[in-house]
Amino acid sequence: MHLQHDPLDLASLVASVSAPDRGAVATFVGLVRDHHAGRGVLGLEYSAYGAMAEGRCTAIVAEAEEKWPARIALAHRLGGLTVGEAAVIVVAASAHREAAFDACRWVIEAVKAQVPIWKRERYLDGTEAWVDPTAPTGTMPTGVMP
Amino acid sequence: MRRSVLLFARYAELFGGETVSVDLPDGATVADLIAALRALPGGASLPPQPFVAVAQAQAAPGDRLPLDAELALLPPLAGG
Repeated sequence: MHLQHDPLDLASLVASVSAPDRGAVATFVGLVRDHHAGRGVLGLEYSAYGAMAEGRCTAIVAEAEEKWPARIALAHRLGGLTVGEAAVIVVAASAHREAAFDACRWVIEAVKAQVPIWKRERYLDGTEAWVDPTAPTGTMPTGVMP
Repeated sequence: MRRSVLLFARYAELFGGETVSVDLPDGATVADLIAALRALPGGASLPPQPFVAVAQAQAAPGDRLPLDAELALLPPLAGG
């Protein structure tokens, strides 16, 4: 399982792909940021198309492990998170650092581009919005549209 | 025939539920599905080419909709 409501545990993810012949471990940890598009962020809520998101994560990990001589761990949070909490972790373990760094970077970019997960942010001013990378302002309003 | 479409995040708000039903002819395509969704209340504010998943895979406008495939309309992705 790559999606979970419980807090992410970096150490256990690192341990899950570490081995005596893998001397390089690269990690990416995405944290909830306290600002977005000029607005102060209190927290956010992640939701997903669960079955498809799990399937895409599994496929991304498999593709990365084919492209590089690396083992990959990938986990993404769902549900409510506050500023500073880990939202996503990628760990790539390989014999040497080049494959580890390259695979780690490729996986997080693939997750952002392919995995059906959505983010609803809560702001300091009490408003909320859906994060939408395709919108000019980076967000779309919540609720029924006019 | 009547097809059920899964909705998520902002689109679930837009259509007022986590699924919506549309009537589609046999042999309908993804583009036909989008047109049917656009005609529903709330559908007018969909982007020109929303992301449709057929059997949990991204589909192109010209793709036909298999009879038993799970259909979903996905807002712009925002994971990570």
